[in-house]
Amino acid sequence: MERLIRKGAEADIYLGELFGRKAILKIRKPKPYRQPDLDSGIRKRRTLHEASFLVDARKAGVSTPLVYFIDPDKAEIVMQYIKGKRLKEIISDSKQSDIDTLYSEVGRSIAKLHKDSIIHGDLTTSNFLVIKNDVLVFIDFGLAFSSQRLEDKAVDLHLMKEALTSAHSKVADKAFSKILEGYSEVAGVKMVKDLVKKVREIERRGRYTRVE
Amino acid sequence: MKKVFGIESTAHTFSCSLVSSIDGGVHGQILSDVRSIYTPPPGSGIHPREASRHHVEVAPKIVEQSLTQAGMAMDEVDAVSFSAGPGLGPCLRVGATVARSLALYYKKPLVPVNHAIGHIELAIMLTGAKDPIILLVSGGHTLITAFSFGRWRVFGETLDLTIGQLIDQFGREAGFSSPSGPKIEELAERSSNFIPLPYTVKGNDTSFSGILTSAKKLLQNGKDLESLCFSLQEIAFAMLAEVTERALAFTEKREVLLTGGVAANRRLQEMLSEVSKRHGAGFLVVPKEYSGDCGAQIAWTGLLAHLADISVEVEKSFVKQSWRLDRVDVKWRD
Ligand SMILES: Nc1ncnc2c1ncn2[C@@H]1O[C@H](COP(=O)(O)OP(=O)(O)OP(=O)(O)O)[C@@H](O)[C@H]1O
Repeated sequence: MERLIRKGAEADIYLGELFGRKAILKIRKPKPYRQPDLDSGIRKRRTLHEASFLVDARKAGVSTPLVYFIDPDKAEIVMQYIKGKRLKEIISDSKQSDIDTLYSEVGRSIAKLHKDSIIHGDLTTSNFLVIKNDVLVFIDFGLAFSSQRLEDKAVDLHLMKEALTSAHSKVADKAFSKILEGYSEVAGVKMVKDLVKKVREIERRGRYTRVE
Repeated sequence: MKKVFGIESTAHTFSCSLVSSIDGGVHGQILSDVRSIYTPPPGSGIHPREASRHHVEVAPKIVEQSLTQAGMAMDEVDAVSFSAGPGLGPCLRVGATVARSLALYYKKPLVPVNHAIGHIELAIMLTGAKDPIILLVSGGHTLITAFSFGRWRVFGETLDLTIGQLIDQFGREAGFSSPSGPKIEELAERSSNFIPLPYTVKGNDTSFSGILTSAKKLLQNGKDLESLCFSLQEIAFAMLAEVTERALAFTEKREVLLTGGVAANRRLQEMLSEVSKRHGAGFLVVPKEYSGDCGAQIAWTGLLAHLADISVEVEKSFVKQSWRLDRVDVKWRD
Protein backbone atom coordinates (compact mmCIF):
# COMPACT_ATOMS: atom_id res chain seq x y z
CA MET A 1 0.00 0.00 0.00
CA GLU A 2 1.18 3.54 -0.68
CA ARG A 3 1.90 5.94 2.09
CA LEU A 4 2.18 9.73 1.71
CA ILE A 5 5.75 10.64 2.57
CA ARG A 6 5.96 14.22 1.40
CA LYS A 7 3.79 17.07 0.26
CA GLY A 8 5.92 19.03 -2.21
CA ALA A 9 4.93 22.36 -3.64
CA GLU A 10 3.64 20.75 -6.75
CA ALA A 11 3.03 17.14 -6.02
CA ASP A 12 2.21 14.59 -3.37
CA ILE A 13 4.86 11.90 -3.00
CA TYR A 14 3.82 8.37 -1.99
CA LEU A 15 6.05 5.45 -1.14
CA GLY A 16 4.83 2.04 -2.28
CA GLU A 17 5.94 -1.13 -4.00
CA LEU A 18 6.15 -2.32 -7.57
CA PHE A 19 7.09 -5.95 -8.29
CA GLY A 20 8.62 -6.23 -4.88
CA ARG A 21 10.70 -3.07 -5.14
CA LYS A 22 10.18 0.18 -3.33
CA ALA A 23 8.76 2.81 -5.68
CA ILE A 24 7.72 6.44 -5.55
CA LEU A 25 4.36 7.60 -6.87
CA LYS A 26 4.40 11.30 -7.69
CA ILE A 27 0.97 12.82 -8.29
CA ARG A 28 0.40 16.38 -9.35
CA LYS A 29 -3.02 16.84 -7.78
CA PRO A 30 -5.38 19.48 -9.19
CA LYS A 31 -4.96 22.87 -7.58
CA PRO A 32 -8.44 24.22 -6.93
CA TYR A 33 -7.23 27.84 -6.92
CA ARG A 34 -6.19 27.62 -10.58
CA GLN A 35 -8.52 28.09 -13.51
CA PRO A 36 -9.32 24.46 -14.56
CA ASP A 37 -7.96 24.59 -18.13
CA LEU A 38 -4.78 26.24 -16.94
CA ASP A 39 -4.46 23.70 -14.14
CA SER A 40 -4.85 20.58 -16.24
CA GLY A 41 -2.53 21.97 -18.92
CA ILE A 42 0.24 22.64 -16.42
CA ARG A 43 -0.06 19.28 -14.67
CA LYS A 44 -0.06 17.27 -17.86
CA ARG A 45 2.78 19.21 -19.48
CA ARG A 46 5.00 18.95 -16.44
CA THR A 47 4.37 15.25 -15.99
CA LEU A 48 5.41 14.59 -19.58
CA HIS A 49 8.47 16.80 -19.30
CA GLU A 50 9.53 15.26 -16.04
CA ALA A 51 9.34 11.70 -17.35
CA SER A 52 11.21 12.44 -20.55
CA PHE A 53 13.95 14.54 -18.96
CA LEU A 54 14.52 12.02 -16.17
CA VAL A 55 15.45 9.64 -18.96
CA ASP A 56 17.45 12.19 -20.99
CA ALA A 57 19.46 13.27 -17.96
CA ARG A 58 20.55 9.68 -17.46
CA LYS A 59 21.76 9.57 -21.04
CA ALA A 60 23.75 12.72 -20.31
CA GLY A 61 25.51 10.89 -17.50
CA VAL A 62 23.62 12.30 -14.52
CA SER A 63 21.95 9.92 -12.06
CA THR A 64 18.18 10.14 -11.82
CA PRO A 65 15.48 7.75 -10.57
CA LEU A 66 14.37 5.20 -13.17
CA VAL A 67 10.93 5.91 -14.58
CA TYR A 68 8.63 2.87 -14.29
CA PHE A 69 5.29 4.22 -15.41
CA ILE A 70 3.59 7.44 -16.45
CA ASP A 71 -0.04 8.57 -16.85
CA PRO A 72 -0.09 12.14 -18.21
CA ASP A 73 -3.86 12.51 -17.96
CA LYS A 74 -3.80 11.74 -14.27
CA ALA A 75 -0.46 13.57 -13.91
CA GLU A 76 1.14 10.53 -12.28
CA ILE A 77 4.65 9.14 -12.47
CA VAL A 78 5.90 5.99 -10.80
CA MET A 79 9.67 5.96 -10.36
CA GLN A 80 12.50 4.30 -8.53
CA TYR A 81 12.72 5.03 -4.82
CA ILE A 82 16.03 6.65 -3.90
CA LYS A 83 17.12 6.03 -0.33
CA GLY A 84 18.97 9.20 0.49
CA LYS A 85 18.88 12.60 2.09
CA ARG A 86 18.18 15.90 0.42
CA LEU A 87 21.27 18.06 -0.08
CA LYS A 88 19.44 20.73 1.91
CA GLU A 89 19.54 18.54 5.01
CA ILE A 90 23.13 17.51 4.46
CA ILE A 91 24.19 21.15 4.27
CA SER A 92 22.54 21.97 7.58
CA ASP A 93 24.07 18.91 9.25
CA SER A 94 27.67 19.04 8.06
CA LYS A 95 30.79 21.12 8.13
CA GLN A 96 31.60 22.98 4.91
CA SER A 97 34.85 21.14 4.13
CA ASP A 98 33.12 17.76 4.36
CA ILE A 99 30.82 18.50 1.46
CA ASP A 100 33.06 20.44 -0.89
CA THR A 101 33.30 17.39 -3.13
CA LEU A 102 29.50 17.19 -3.24
CA TYR A 103 29.29 20.78 -4.44
CA SER A 104 31.78 20.14 -7.23
CA GLU A 105 29.79 17.07 -8.19
CA VAL A 106 26.66 19.25 -8.37
CA GLY A 107 28.58 21.59 -10.70
CA ARG A 108 29.86 18.77 -12.89
CA SER A 109 26.38 17.28 -13.19
CA ILE A 110 24.74 20.57 -14.11
CA ALA A 111 27.42 21.08 -16.77
CA LYS A 112 26.73 17.59 -18.18
CA LEU A 113 23.03 18.38 -18.44
CA HIS A 114 23.72 21.71 -20.11
CA LYS A 115 26.14 20.10 -22.54
CA ASP A 116 23.28 17.87 -23.68
CA SER A 117 20.92 20.88 -23.97
CA ILE A 118 19.01 20.01 -20.80
CA ILE A 119 17.99 22.95 -18.64
CA HIS A 120 16.78 21.65 -15.27
CA GLY A 121 14.66 24.70 -14.53
CA ASP A 122 14.40 24.16 -10.77
CA LEU A 123 17.85 23.80 -9.27
CA THR A 124 17.46 23.97 -5.50
CA THR A 125 19.06 22.06 -2.66
CA SER A 126 15.88 20.03 -2.16
CA ASN A 127 16.07 18.64 -5.68
CA PHE A 128 19.30 16.72 -5.19
CA LEU A 129 19.18 13.48 -3.25
CA VAL A 130 22.42 12.16 -1.81
CA ILE A 131 22.95 8.45 -1.21
CA LYS A 132 25.41 7.48 1.53
CA ASN A 133 26.95 10.94 1.55
CA ASP A 134 28.49 10.68 -1.90
CA VAL A 135 26.24 9.61 -4.77
CA LEU A 136 24.23 12.49 -6.15
CA VAL A 137 20.80 11.95 -7.75
CA PHE A 138 18.91 14.71 -9.56
CA ILE A 139 15.11 14.80 -9.23
CA ASP A 140 12.14 17.02 -10.05
CA PHE A 141 12.46 17.70 -13.78
CA GLY A 142 8.94 19.13 -14.17
CA LEU A 143 10.26 22.54 -15.24
CA ALA A 144 13.00 21.15 -17.47
CA PHE A 145 13.27 22.07 -21.11
CA SER A 146 15.69 21.75 -23.97
CA SER A 147 17.97 24.64 -24.95
CA GLN A 148 21.52 25.54 -25.89
CA ARG A 149 21.11 29.28 -25.19
CA LEU A 150 23.62 30.85 -22.81
CA GLU A 151 20.76 32.82 -21.26
CA ASP A 152 18.83 29.66 -20.27
CA LYS A 153 21.91 28.02 -18.78
CA ALA A 154 22.66 31.20 -16.85
CA VAL A 155 19.12 31.35 -15.43
CA ASP A 156 19.62 27.77 -14.24
CA LEU A 157 22.77 28.79 -12.38
CA HIS A 158 21.10 31.93 -11.07
CA LEU A 159 18.36 29.75 -9.54
CA MET A 160 20.99 27.59 -7.89
CA LYS A 161 22.69 30.67 -6.48
CA GLU A 162 19.38 32.13 -5.30
CA ALA A 163 18.57 28.91 -3.45
CA LEU A 164 21.95 28.97 -1.75
CA THR A 165 21.97 32.64 -0.74
CA SER A 166 18.42 32.53 0.57
CA ALA A 167 18.38 29.25 2.46
CA HIS A 168 22.06 28.62 3.20
CA SER A 169 23.40 32.17 3.44
CA LYS A 170 26.39 31.25 5.61
CA VAL A 171 27.90 28.80 3.13
CA ALA A 172 26.47 30.27 -0.07
CA ASP A 173 29.54 31.99 -1.54
CA LYS A 174 31.87 29.09 -0.93
CA ALA A 175 29.34 26.53 -2.15
CA PHE A 176 28.57 28.42 -5.33
CA SER A 177 32.22 28.85 -6.23
CA LYS A 178 32.77 25.11 -5.70
CA ILE A 179 29.83 24.43 -8.00
CA LEU A 180 31.35 26.68 -10.66
CA GLU A 181 34.67 24.90 -10.23
CA GLY A 182 32.99 21.57 -10.93
CA TYR A 183 31.12 23.07 -13.86
CA SER A 184 34.35 24.30 -15.44
CA GLU A 185 35.90 20.82 -15.21
CA VAL A 186 33.28 19.67 -17.71
CA ALA A 187 32.54 22.79 -19.72
CA GLY A 188 35.78 24.72 -19.55
CA VAL A 189 36.88 27.94 -17.88
CA LYS A 190 35.83 30.17 -20.75
CA MET A 191 32.25 28.89 -20.59
CA VAL A 192 32.05 29.53 -16.85
CA LYS A 193 33.35 33.06 -17.36
CA ASP A 194 30.64 33.79 -19.92
CA LEU A 195 28.00 32.26 -17.68
CA VAL A 196 29.03 34.23 -14.60
CA LYS A 197 28.83 37.43 -16.62
CA LYS A 198 25.37 36.50 -17.86
CA VAL A 199 24.20 35.60 -14.34
CA ARG A 200 25.21 39.07 -13.15
CA GLU A 201 23.30 40.63 -16.02
CA ILE A 202 20.19 38.58 -15.17
CA GLU A 203 20.43 39.62 -11.56
CA ARG A 204 20.39 43.27 -12.49
CA ARG A 205 17.09 42.90 -14.39
CA GLY A 206 13.78 42.91 -12.60
CA ARG A 207 15.32 45.28 -10.10
CA TYR A 208 13.85 48.66 -9.61
CA THR A 209 13.53 49.64 -13.23
CA ARG A 210 10.36 51.62 -13.40
CA VAL A 211 11.35 53.13 -16.72
CA GLU A 212 8.26 52.97 -18.87
CA MET B 1 7.46 56.60 23.89
CA LYS B 2 9.32 57.42 20.68
CA LYS B 3 7.87 59.43 17.82
CA VAL B 4 9.27 59.37 14.31
CA PHE B 5 8.37 61.40 11.26
CA GLY B 6 8.58 59.63 7.89
CA ILE B 7 8.59 60.74 4.27
CA GLU B 8 7.76 58.41 1.38
CA SER B 9 8.79 59.60 -2.07
CA THR B 10 9.95 56.71 -4.26
CA ALA B 11 7.54 56.95 -7.19
CA HIS B 12 4.03 58.33 -7.72
CA THR B 13 3.21 58.93 -4.04
CA PHE B 14 4.42 61.71 -1.80
CA SER B 15 3.35 61.00 1.75
CA CYS B 16 4.24 61.96 5.31
CA SER B 17 3.39 60.22 8.51
CA LEU B 18 3.98 60.33 12.21
CA VAL B 19 4.10 57.14 14.24
CA SER B 20 4.78 56.45 17.86
CA SER B 21 5.96 53.31 19.59
CA ILE B 22 4.32 51.50 22.44
CA ASP B 23 6.29 48.93 24.52
CA GLY B 24 9.70 49.86 23.19
CA GLY B 25 8.99 49.24 19.55
CA VAL B 26 6.91 46.09 19.64
CA HIS B 27 3.73 47.92 18.80
CA GLY B 28 3.27 51.10 16.90
CA GLN B 29 0.56 53.62 16.49
CA ILE B 30 0.02 55.55 13.28
CA LEU B 31 -0.79 59.08 14.39
CA SER B 32 -1.13 60.44 10.87
CA ASP B 33 -0.61 59.41 7.28
CA VAL B 34 -1.25 62.01 4.61
CA ARG B 35 -0.71 61.34 0.91
CA SER B 36 -0.78 62.99 -2.43
CA ILE B 37 -0.59 60.81 -5.52
CA TYR B 38 0.63 61.96 -8.89
CA THR B 39 -1.55 60.58 -11.68
CA PRO B 40 -0.25 60.68 -15.23
CA PRO B 41 -2.77 61.35 -18.02
CA PRO B 42 -4.75 58.22 -19.13
CA GLY B 43 -2.80 55.99 -21.47
CA SER B 44 0.62 57.24 -20.42
CA GLY B 45 3.08 56.06 -17.77
CA ILE B 46 4.63 57.81 -14.82
CA HIS B 47 7.24 60.32 -15.92
CA PRO B 48 9.90 60.68 -13.20
CA ARG B 49 10.44 64.41 -13.79
CA GLU B 50 6.71 65.17 -13.82
CA ALA B 51 6.18 63.12 -10.67
CA SER B 52 9.02 64.89 -8.88
CA ARG B 53 7.56 68.27 -9.86
CA HIS B 54 4.29 67.18 -8.30
CA HIS B 55 6.11 66.14 -5.12
CA VAL B 56 7.92 69.47 -4.83
CA GLU B 57 4.62 71.29 -5.17
CA VAL B 58 2.70 69.32 -2.55
CA ALA B 59 5.52 68.70 -0.07
CA PRO B 60 5.03 71.72 2.26
CA LYS B 61 1.29 71.12 2.52
CA ILE B 62 1.66 67.36 3.17
CA VAL B 63 4.32 67.89 5.87
CA GLU B 64 2.09 70.47 7.55
CA GLN B 65 -1.08 68.37 7.37
CA SER B 66 0.57 65.25 8.75
CA LEU B 67 1.75 67.21 11.81
CA THR B 68 -1.63 68.84 12.34
CA GLN B 69 -3.43 65.53 12.00
CA ALA B 70 -1.13 63.99 14.62
CA GLY B 71 -1.52 67.06 16.82
CA MET B 72 2.20 67.43 17.17
CA ALA B 73 4.98 69.88 16.38
CA MET B 74 8.18 68.92 14.58
CA ASP B 75 10.39 69.68 17.59
CA GLU B 76 8.57 66.96 19.54
CA VAL B 77 9.68 64.14 17.23
CA ASP B 78 12.73 61.97 17.96
CA ALA B 79 13.90 61.45 14.39
CA VAL B 80 13.14 62.16 10.74
CA SER B 81 13.16 59.23 8.31
CA PHE B 82 12.92 59.11 4.54
CA SER B 83 12.74 56.55 1.75
CA ALA B 84 16.33 56.42 0.48
CA GLY B 85 15.60 53.84 -2.24
CA PRO B 86 14.94 51.93 -4.31
CA GLY B 87 12.96 54.24 -6.54
CA LEU B 88 12.99 56.88 -9.23
CA GLY B 89 15.94 59.23 -8.81
CA PRO B 90 14.13 62.56 -9.20
CA CYS B 91 11.33 61.47 -6.84
CA LEU B 92 13.70 60.08 -4.21
CA ARG B 93 15.65 63.34 -4.19
CA VAL B 94 12.56 65.40 -3.32
CA GLY B 95 11.82 63.32 -0.20
CA ALA B 96 15.49 63.27 0.78
CA THR B 97 15.82 67.04 0.41
CA VAL B 98 12.77 67.71 2.57
CA ALA B 99 13.99 65.23 5.19
CA ARG B 100 17.49 66.72 5.29
CA SER B 101 16.23 70.26 5.81
CA LEU B 102 13.86 69.17 8.58
CA ALA B 103 16.62 67.19 10.30
CA LEU B 104 19.08 70.09 10.08
CA TYR B 105 16.66 72.81 11.11
CA TYR B 106 15.16 70.91 14.05
CA LYS B 107 18.45 69.12 14.93
CA LYS B 108 17.00 65.62 14.64
CA PRO B 109 18.75 62.41 13.63
CA LEU B 110 18.18 61.51 9.99
CA VAL B 111 17.22 57.88 9.30
CA PRO B 112 17.39 56.34 5.80
CA VAL B 113 14.81 53.61 5.13
CA ASN B 114 14.70 50.96 2.42
CA HIS B 115 11.27 51.25 0.80
CA ALA B 116 10.77 47.48 0.37
CA ILE B 117 11.63 46.84 4.00
CA GLY B 118 9.16 49.61 4.81
CA HIS B 119 6.35 47.62 3.16
CA ILE B 120 7.41 44.53 5.09
CA GLU B 121 7.83 46.06 8.54
CA LEU B 122 4.55 47.95 8.40
CA ALA B 123 2.71 44.82 7.25
CA ILE B 124 4.24 42.80 10.09
CA MET B 125 3.32 45.43 12.66
CA LEU B 126 -0.27 45.74 11.42
CA THR B 127 -0.93 42.00 11.09
CA GLY B 128 1.08 40.75 14.04
CA ALA B 129 2.97 38.24 11.87
CA LYS B 130 5.76 36.35 13.69
CA ASP B 131 8.06 34.63 11.21
CA PRO B 132 6.36 34.77 7.82
CA ILE B 133 7.33 34.06 4.28
CA ILE B 134 6.43 37.29 2.51
CA LEU B 135 5.13 37.95 -0.98
CA LEU B 136 5.81 41.58 -1.82
CA VAL B 137 3.89 42.64 -4.92
CA SER B 138 3.91 46.21 -6.16
CA GLY B 139 4.96 48.44 -9.03
CA GLY B 140 8.59 48.32 -8.00
CA HIS B 141 8.84 44.82 -6.55
CA THR B 142 7.76 41.26 -7.07
CA LEU B 143 9.61 39.00 -4.69
CA ILE B 144 9.39 36.34 -2.02
CA THR B 145 11.43 36.87 1.09
CA ALA B 146 11.95 35.56 4.61
CA PHE B 147 14.20 36.71 7.40
CA SER B 148 17.32 34.79 8.36
CA PHE B 149 20.75 35.62 9.79
CA GLY B 150 20.23 39.36 9.99
CA ARG B 151 18.80 40.01 6.57
CA TRP B 152 15.71 39.62 4.42
CA ARG B 153 16.73 36.82 2.07
CA VAL B 154 15.22 36.64 -1.40
CA PHE B 155 13.82 33.20 -2.26
CA GLY B 156 12.40 34.21 -5.59
CA GLU B 157 11.73 37.27 -7.68
CA THR B 158 10.72 38.42 -11.11
CA LEU B 159 13.22 38.08 -13.93
CA ASP B 160 11.77 40.98 -15.89
CA LEU B 161 8.60 43.02 -15.23
CA THR B 162 7.04 43.40 -11.79
CA ILE B 163 3.41 42.38 -11.43
CA GLY B 164 2.50 46.06 -10.99
CA GLN B 165 4.24 46.93 -14.25
CA LEU B 166 2.40 44.13 -16.05
CA ILE B 167 -0.95 45.39 -14.79
CA ASP B 168 -0.24 49.08 -15.44
CA GLN B 169 1.31 48.58 -18.84
CA PHE B 170 -1.57 46.44 -20.00
CA GLY B 171 -4.00 48.96 -18.51
CA ARG B 172 -2.29 51.74 -20.40
CA GLU B 173 -2.72 49.83 -23.66
CA ALA B 174 -6.43 49.66 -22.82
CA GLY B 175 -6.46 53.42 -22.22
CA PHE B 176 -6.75 53.43 -18.42
CA SER B 177 -4.88 55.81 -16.19
CA SER B 178 -2.20 54.31 -13.94
CA PRO B 179 -2.38 52.67 -11.50
CA SER B 180 -4.96 50.53 -13.27
CA GLY B 181 -5.13 47.58 -10.85
CA PRO B 182 -8.62 48.31 -9.45
CA LYS B 183 -10.07 48.86 -12.93
CA ILE B 184 -8.59 45.59 -14.27
CA GLU B 185 -9.79 43.71 -11.19
CA GLU B 186 -13.31 45.03 -11.71
CA LEU B 187 -13.38 44.02 -15.39
CA ALA B 188 -11.88 40.61 -14.62
CA GLU B 189 -14.69 39.87 -12.20
CA ARG B 190 -17.22 40.18 -15.04
CA SER B 191 -15.73 37.38 -17.12
CA SER B 192 -14.89 33.71 -16.84
CA ASN B 193 -13.79 33.24 -20.41
CA PHE B 194 -10.27 31.85 -20.28
CA ILE B 195 -7.79 32.84 -22.98
CA PRO B 196 -4.40 31.09 -22.72
CA LEU B 197 -1.39 33.39 -22.20
CA PRO B 198 2.24 32.37 -21.56
CA TYR B 199 2.71 30.89 -18.08
CA THR B 200 6.41 31.28 -17.20
CA VAL B 201 7.80 30.04 -13.90
CA LYS B 202 11.52 29.29 -13.50
CA GLY B 203 12.31 27.77 -10.14
CA ASN B 204 10.96 30.34 -7.68
CA ASP B 205 11.27 33.14 -10.23
CA THR B 206 8.64 34.54 -12.56
CA SER B 207 8.67 36.23 -15.94
CA PHE B 208 5.73 38.41 -17.02
CA SER B 209 6.95 39.89 -20.29
CA GLY B 210 5.39 37.08 -22.37
CA ILE B 211 1.96 37.72 -20.84
CA LEU B 212 2.21 41.44 -21.57
CA THR B 213 3.21 40.97 -25.20
CA SER B 214 0.48 38.41 -25.92
CA ALA B 215 -2.26 40.26 -24.07
CA LYS B 216 -1.47 43.51 -25.85
CA LYS B 217 -1.50 41.79 -29.23
CA LEU B 218 -4.82 40.06 -28.52
CA LEU B 219 -6.32 43.38 -27.45
CA GLN B 220 -5.17 45.06 -30.66
CA ASN B 221 -6.73 42.15 -32.59
CA GLY B 222 -10.08 42.89 -31.00
CA LYS B 223 -10.33 40.30 -28.19
CA ASP B 224 -12.71 41.53 -25.56
CA LEU B 225 -11.16 43.41 -22.69
CA GLU B 226 -13.02 41.64 -19.88
CA SER B 227 -11.83 38.17 -20.91
CA LEU B 228 -8.30 39.48 -21.28
CA CYS B 229 -8.34 41.07 -17.82
CA PHE B 230 -9.72 37.85 -16.37
CA SER B 231 -7.12 35.65 -18.07
CA LEU B 232 -4.23 37.97 -17.30
CA GLN B 233 -5.12 37.89 -13.60
CA GLU B 234 -5.73 34.14 -13.55
CA ILE B 235 -2.37 33.37 -15.15
CA ALA B 236 -0.16 35.98 -13.51
CA PHE B 237 -1.59 35.34 -10.04
CA ALA B 238 -1.40 31.56 -10.45
CA MET B 239 2.29 32.02 -11.20
CA LEU B 240 2.71 34.07 -8.01
CA ALA B 241 0.74 31.50 -6.03
CA GLU B 242 2.92 28.74 -7.38
CA VAL B 243 6.25 30.37 -6.55
CA THR B 244 4.97 31.26 -3.09
CA GLU B 245 3.92 27.66 -2.59
CA ARG B 246 7.37 26.50 -3.65
CA ALA B 247 9.10 28.82 -1.21
CA LEU B 248 6.64 27.82 1.50
CA ALA B 249 7.23 24.10 0.96
CA PHE B 250 10.97 24.71 0.89
CA THR B 251 11.24 26.88 4.02
CA GLU B 252 8.44 25.12 5.93
CA LYS B 253 7.36 28.45 7.44
CA ARG B 254 4.03 28.62 9.28
CA GLU B 255 2.77 31.96 7.96
CA VAL B 256 2.31 33.67 4.61
CA LEU B 257 2.12 37.47 4.56
CA LEU B 258 0.97 39.36 1.47
CA THR B 259 1.95 43.00 1.10
CA GLY B 260 2.58 45.77 -1.47
CA GLY B 261 0.09 47.62 -3.65
CA VAL B 262 -1.16 44.54 -5.53
CA ALA B 263 -1.95 42.85 -2.18
CA ALA B 264 -5.30 44.66 -2.31
CA ASN B 265 -6.45 42.39 -5.16
CA ARG B 266 -9.16 40.00 -3.93
CA ARG B 267 -8.42 37.26 -6.44
CA LEU B 268 -4.74 37.18 -5.50
CA GLN B 269 -5.70 37.04 -1.82
CA GLU B 270 -8.06 34.16 -2.48
CA MET B 271 -5.39 32.12 -4.29
CA LEU B 272 -2.75 32.69 -1.64
CA SER B 273 -5.12 31.87 1.14
CA GLU B 274 -5.75 28.47 -0.51
CA VAL B 275 -2.03 27.88 -0.92
CA SER B 276 -1.46 28.63 2.76
CA LYS B 277 -4.28 26.35 3.81
CA ARG B 278 -2.88 23.45 1.79
CA HIS B 279 0.37 23.70 3.74
CA GLY B 280 -1.26 24.34 7.10
CA ALA B 281 0.14 27.87 7.25
CA GLY B 282 -1.63 30.98 8.45
CA PHE B 283 -2.46 33.65 5.87
CA LEU B 284 -2.16 37.36 6.57
CA VAL B 285 -2.73 40.40 4.35
CA VAL B 286 -1.74 43.98 5.00
CA PRO B 287 -4.88 46.13 5.51
CA LYS B 288 -5.97 47.71 2.24
CA GLU B 289 -5.35 51.33 3.26
CA TYR B 290 -1.69 50.52 3.95
CA SER B 291 -0.98 48.19 1.04
CA GLY B 292 0.16 50.97 -1.28
CA ASP B 293 3.08 53.35 -0.84
CA CYS B 294 2.65 55.50 2.26
CA GLY B 295 4.53 57.57 4.79
CA ALA B 296 3.63 55.18 7.59
CA GLN B 297 5.84 52.41 6.15
CA ILE B 298 8.80 54.79 6.28
CA ALA B 299 7.97 56.35 9.65
CA TRP B 300 7.44 52.96 11.32
CA THR B 301 10.60 51.38 9.89
CA GLY B 302 12.45 54.60 10.67
CA LEU B 303 11.31 54.23 14.26
CA LEU B 304 12.60 50.64 14.47
CA ALA B 305 15.90 51.72 12.92
CA HIS B 306 16.13 54.71 15.27
CA LEU B 307 15.66 52.43 18.28
CA ALA B 308 18.59 50.39 16.91
CA ASP B 309 20.69 53.59 16.70
CA ILE B 310 20.73 53.80 12.93
CA SER B 311 21.17 57.21 11.39
CA VAL B 312 23.09 58.94 8.61
CA GLU B 313 24.93 62.25 8.48
CA VAL B 314 23.20 64.78 6.28
CA GLU B 315 26.27 65.14 4.02
CA LYS B 316 26.29 61.40 3.42
CA SER B 317 22.57 60.87 2.99
CA PHE B 318 22.60 59.87 -0.67
CA VAL B 319 19.62 58.21 -2.31
CA LYS B 320 20.12 54.77 -3.86
CA GLN B 321 17.93 54.11 -6.87
CA SER B 322 18.44 50.36 -6.90
CA TRP B 323 19.00 49.56 -3.24
CA ARG B 324 18.19 45.87 -2.78
CA LEU B 325 16.51 44.81 0.43
CA ASP B 326 18.88 41.87 0.88
CA ARG B 327 21.77 44.33 1.18
CA VAL B 328 20.38 45.85 4.36
CA ASP B 329 21.63 44.63 7.75
CA VAL B 330 18.48 44.62 9.81
CA LYS B 331 19.83 45.31 13.28
CA TRP B 332 16.44 45.53 14.95
CA ARG B 333 15.44 41.91 14.24
CA ASP B 334 16.89 38.61 15.35
N1 LIG C 1 12.53 9.06 -6.43
C1 LIG C 1 12.51 9.51 -5.17
N2 LIG C 1 13.05 8.80 -4.17
C2 LIG C 1 13.05 9.24 -2.90
N3 LIG C 1 12.50 10.39 -2.52
C3 LIG C 1 11.93 11.17 -3.45
C4 LIG C 1 11.90 10.77 -4.82
N4 LIG C 1 11.26 11.72 -5.52
C5 LIG C 1 10.90 12.69 -4.63
N5 LIG C 1 11.30 12.38 -3.37
C6 LIG C 1 11.10 13.20 -2.15
O1 LIG C 1 9.97 14.03 -2.27
C7 LIG C 1 10.34 15.42 -2.28
C8 LIG C 1 9.49 16.19 -3.29
O2 LIG C 1 9.66 15.63 -4.59
P1 LIG C 1 9.69 16.52 -5.92
O3 LIG C 1 10.73 17.57 -5.77
O4 LIG C 1 9.78 15.62 -7.10
O5 LIG C 1 8.21 17.12 -5.86
P2 LIG C 1 7.69 18.62 -6.01
O6 LIG C 1 6.30 18.68 -5.56
O7 LIG C 1 8.01 19.07 -7.36
O8 LIG C 1 8.59 19.31 -4.92
P3 LIG C 1 9.09 20.82 -4.78
O9 LIG C 1 8.50 21.26 -3.48
O10 LIG C 1 10.59 20.66 -4.69
O11 LIG C 1 8.65 21.58 -5.96
C9 LIG C 1 11.82 15.40 -2.61
O12 LIG C 1 12.50 16.54 -2.10
C10 LIG C 1 12.27 14.12 -1.94
O13 LIG C 1 12.46 14.32 -0.57
